[in-house]
Amino acid sequence: MHQIVLVAVLVLLASALIALVDSQSPRFFRPLHFITMGLAGILLSVGGAYGLIQSQDHHWQLALGLPWLHWHQHLDTLSSFFTLIVGLATVAVAFYAPAYAKEYDKTPQPFAALGFPTAIFIAAMELVLLADDALTFMIAWELMSLSSYFLVTFQHQNSANRRAGFLYLLMAHVGGLFILLSFGIMAGFAQDFTFSSMMASHLSPVWMTLTFVFALIGFGMKAGLVPIHIWLPEAHPVAPSHISALMSGVMLKIAVYGFIRVVFHLIGDIFWEWGAALLIVAAITALYGVLSAMIQEDIKKLLAYSSIENIGIIFIGLALSLIFFGNNLPKLGGLALVAALLHALNHAMFKSLLFLGAGAVIQSSHEHDMDRMGGILKKMPWTGALFLLGCISISGLPPSNGFVSEWLIFQTSLQAEALSSGVLRAMIPLSAAVLALTGALAATCFVKLYGIAFLGKARVRSVKHIKEVDRGMIVAQAILGLICLLIGFFPTFVIEAINHISLQIMHVGLSQATSHGWMWLTPISAKTAQYNAPQVWLGLLLAFSGWAFVYFLVRLKHKHRRAKVSPWSCGFGPLNSRMQYTGASFTMPVKQIFGGLWQHNEDKSLVARNGLTEHAHTLRYKESNKDSFWILFYLPIVNLLNQATRRIGIIQTGHLRHYLGYSFFTLLFLLWLIS
Amino acid sequence: MHLISLPIEEQAILLLAGMVLFTSFILLAQPRIVSTIHSFAWQGILLALVTVLVAYDTGLHHLYISALITFLMKGLFIPWLLHRLIHKMEFQREKDIIHHPALVLLAGGFLVIFCYSTALPIAKMSNSVTQPIIGLSMAMVMLGMLMLITRRKAVSQVIGFMAMENGLFFAAISATHGMPMVVELGIAFDVFVASIIFGIFFFHIKNSFDSLDVDQMSKLSEIDR
Amino acid sequence: MNLNGWMLVLLQSALFVLLSPLLTGWLKWWKCHLQNRQAPPMTQPYYDLWKLFGKQALLSKNTSFIFRVTPYMISGVTLLAASIIPLILVRVPSAASADVIVLVGFFALARFFQALAGMDTGTAFGGMGASREMTVSALAEPAMLMAVFTLSMVAHSTNLSSVIESILSQGLVLRPSLLFTFFGLLLVALAETGRIPVDNPSTHLELTMIHEAMILEYSGRMLALIEWTSMTKLMIYAVLIVNIFFPWGISQRLDFANILFAFMAVCGKLMVLTLVLAISETVLAKMRFFRIPVFLSLAFTLSLLGLLSHIILEI
Repeated sequence: MHQIVLVAVLVLLASALIALVDSQSPRFFRPLHFITMGLAGILLSVGGAYGLIQSQDHHWQLALGLPWLHWHQHLDTLSSFFTLIVGLATVAVAFYAPAYAKEYDKTPQPFAALGFPTAIFIAAMELVLLADDALTFMIAWELMSLSSYFLVTFQHQNSANRRAGFLYLLMAHVGGLFILLSFGIMAGFAQDFTFSSMMASHLSPVWMTLTFVFALIGFGMKAGLVPIHIWLPEAHPVAPSHISALMSGVMLKIAVYGFIRVVFHLIGDIFWEWGAALLIVAAITALYGVLSAMIQEDIKKLLAYSSIENIGIIFIGLALSLIFFGNNLPKLGGLALVAALLHALNHAMFKSLLFLGAGAVIQSSHEHDMDRMGGILKKMPWTGALFLLGCISISGLPPSNGFVSEWLIFQTSLQAEALSSGVLRAMIPLSAAVLALTGALAATCFVKLYGIAFLGKARVRSVKHIKEVDRGMIVAQAILGLICLLIGFFPTFVIEAINHISLQIMHVGLSQATSHGWMWLTPISAKTAQYNAPQVWLGLLLAFSGWAFVYFLVRLKHKHRRAKVSPWSCGFGPLNSRMQYTGASFTMPVKQIFGGLWQHNEDKSLVARNGLTEHAHTLRYKESNKDSFWILFYLPIVNLLNQATRRIGIIQTGHLRHYLGYSFFTLLFLLWLIS
Repeated sequence: MHLISLPIEEQAILLLAGMVLFTSFILLAQPRIVSTIHSFAWQGILLALVTVLVAYDTGLHHLYISALITFLMKGLFIPWLLHRLIHKMEFQREKDIIHHPALVLLAGGFLVIFCYSTALPIAKMSNSVTQPIIGLSMAMVMLGMLMLITRRKAVSQVIGFMAMENGLFFAAISATHGMPMVVELGIAFDVFVASIIFGIFFFHIKNSFDSLDVDQMSKLSEIDR
Repeated sequence: MNLNGWMLVLLQSALFVLLSPLLTGWLKWWKCHLQNRQAPPMTQPYYDLWKLFGKQALLSKNTSFIFRVTPYMISGVTLLAASIIPLILVRVPSAASADVIVLVGFFALARFFQALAGMDTGTAFGGMGASREMTVSALAEPAMLMAVFTLSMVAHSTNLSSVIESILSQGLVLRPSLLFTFFGLLLVALAETGRIPVDNPSTHLELTMIHEAMILEYSGRMLALIEWTSMTKLMIYAVLIVNIFFPWGISQRLDFANILFAFMAVCGKLMVLTLVLAISETVLAKMRFFRIPVFLSLAFTLSLLGLLSHIILEI
């Protein structure tokens, strides 16, 4: 069945070629491009699901590449799981993109500039998952970065977009360099590039730690760990929304896949100190991500920072797994790994849903800033309802799927009492408290996003007359929403499937997680913790209908209809839409409490009429936020580089004789060396 | 050693030790000066109680005398002295400025974990009932020092210094079940004299700067700024 | 056991819903007497709810379906939360399906919808209430979860029934961790239920409101449901605190005499706790909003101390 995945990659390449010839006959080729993309998505999902459930492990070689170095490829449970994620997101994007890309027909770029890189991007991500040797991996990784660069700079007329694209490309390559270094160390010890020989080789602890550090920096840069995250909030908002969904929902998970593959599978031994260091980095990432998300006014930038937060949560799970494996508690390590992978799946689903919804809103309202929106739910009911589902899932509220993975991570951190080190036994609950804080702040953040953008009154006149988007875009969001609901309803099935990954890679499984039947989730034991998702859903439904029943009884008794009136205004007269809370006012308490974390600039000015400020009629308020890490971390590096290059640039004098002199002295030196 | 298996007086020792640690945290974050003095008094009284219980449990009778000295000095006399001083200088309504009390408390928590892990090898050598308290008492010393760093009013800094001494006393009780009586009396007398000297200094500081804010003392710098 | 157990779940949930106005009435009665005022009868909240159910519900023009659905949503969620808490029997079957972290999540879900409903009205008050309430709850969450962690480390489980059972089985043990956790949870409960010193539930000044500002636009039966829900929430937190930290009296077997005795015991404990709450509401004043983070960091410190005492002193 692994051939299905290869066929899917070929279909994607075909889709890319179709996009190239789109300009010949758009009415025929455009739908064909999207149909093939959707088909590839379905094939990927089926192949991934099959590989995961059946615990497959196939290796094969392709006669591509260098003559003595063929492309090795494999499809095991870990690759299948992420293939499933890629497939599901692709299906959704294939439904979404036709109506969304119509918007870009007005721009001077041809459709091929969007369609071709998209298909190549998805194909490259799949090739990364299939790679079984370092060379194939790096080629596919590079292809992924390049194609997404062209997607990020799709609207290159705007100079801010070009800057974001450049930053993205730069950091993708620096990250790729670190990944190459970590593979290089392992390949050096293994005398070969294939993953199987890397697994068989033995490195000394120092080299293992160095490999871990390089892999962490390399994959962390792509995933968005703080402080190497700075490209994420620049690049994701700039790309078209379905590309942002793919990048945020899927590409970040490919980086997580790379990290798991290298650290858990290839290196060999696991040291718990790695886990402790990663725990601190991940906790800081999660907290910084959500706090930065709270102060954003641009919808897509907020979602980008929220991705950083969720990557932090995934890496908290991975760090716990490393700590437990390093301390010889493999069952708990497996549990933490499963929790992290479940959260990766959940995040891919609901973040894609949120980005697609944001794209729908931006397309119909032509506004990016949530402070210029309002009341969108009444105009776009389907998008609004599905976006609400995404917000509930990402806030980790029961009984949604986001809650299940966070619950699992909490349960894992509670098992810290099995560790022998007292310091770890204290630090792990502290990191769980940080996780609780980020979860609660994420809920606050999404109440702000949904409340300001979708509820209330429209703050700008143009937003009052928007319409619901095309059916295709709604279907795409509905698919993702349905998947989120299904995972929330039946988490035991999903966890059992993910368990195969832990069994295959780390040779330890959670047999006890679903041992009490398909309804009960008992990660450690029935006595320790239980969660019955279907029962909770049923209880919620019963309780809700109980109260609705009371409502009907009361309605029957009192014949009063509800009347629609103006809201309470303290008797001052009609309220206008500008009197509502804005995003900045909503987060003012958080900004005051956590102030000092950001470079926050407020600009208040009284615009006078007729030169008299006493009777000013307009108060202008402008707010700007900058990521503190720019100033703390990146600007010093940039300055250092500039200074160093300026020093080196001295040798470029412009005189012909100096350059001839350089060649002459190098020749003399080489001659002396040889003799 | 599991808490359930211990007899009730040993459980009470551990409970009171926890409460003494809590008073250290209160001292860190309490802005009102009079309440700080009261918390310090409570710390002294709780310490005396722990010493009595340890004396009862281990049968070392000289610890009763230590408890009495602690109760009289740290629980009654020094708080009374500081109280009188504050009222004479009319400082009783002053509030100490603590920047970011949440961060200071969190730092205190990390200090406790750090001191506990540092004291683990020493604690493993002892097998008395007070073995878990050794790390705790070291943490009390560190928390007293943290109080010295983060507070601005001179009175709070003196209390921080006294809290450090409380921690040392607690360490002595828990690690070696008391110090030789000569050392004990010497330290008590030193603290007594120190508190009187601090009182004199407070008057001088107040007269020079018209406040007990130690950050004002940077005016004494000879460099022209 | 199965059918009887589920009947008891229904009975417990009904008790929560029916007795919570009485608890609020008892609280108000004591507050009035402590403040030298004439107290309304203890059944006054029932009359208030009846009156509200009979009034016409008004909807603000700007609202969407979220405003209309929220009262039923939050009453449903709170009822579900009430059903999983052991009130008079330790081993209720519903407590097995959701543990204490899920309970915290239920309250978060209710608060999410209530904040959205506040913003749905399109007024400044709704936004203000939503913003303040979400900030306070976000800061209270780490303190609450730290207390939960300490409890679960002591009891080796997060399941509420197992926690109560393990504390009952240990007998009288002087645990510093539980002492600190108790006080930490008390402070968190004050913040979450919106009592003085965090929020004044009987204020009329909109700019001092936290919880009330979110529900300012509700009227008629929707307001009745929301008021009832906050009374039930207060009772849930009170029962949680008394049954976890002072579980003696709760029935461990499903027979009539034990259940009746457990009911009397829990009523007595609730009356004492509510009296303490009334005294604290009379003695303390409501804090300025930006002093609430300091209050909650004190709660977090207490819970953290509970955890540290457990790790350092008890093992």
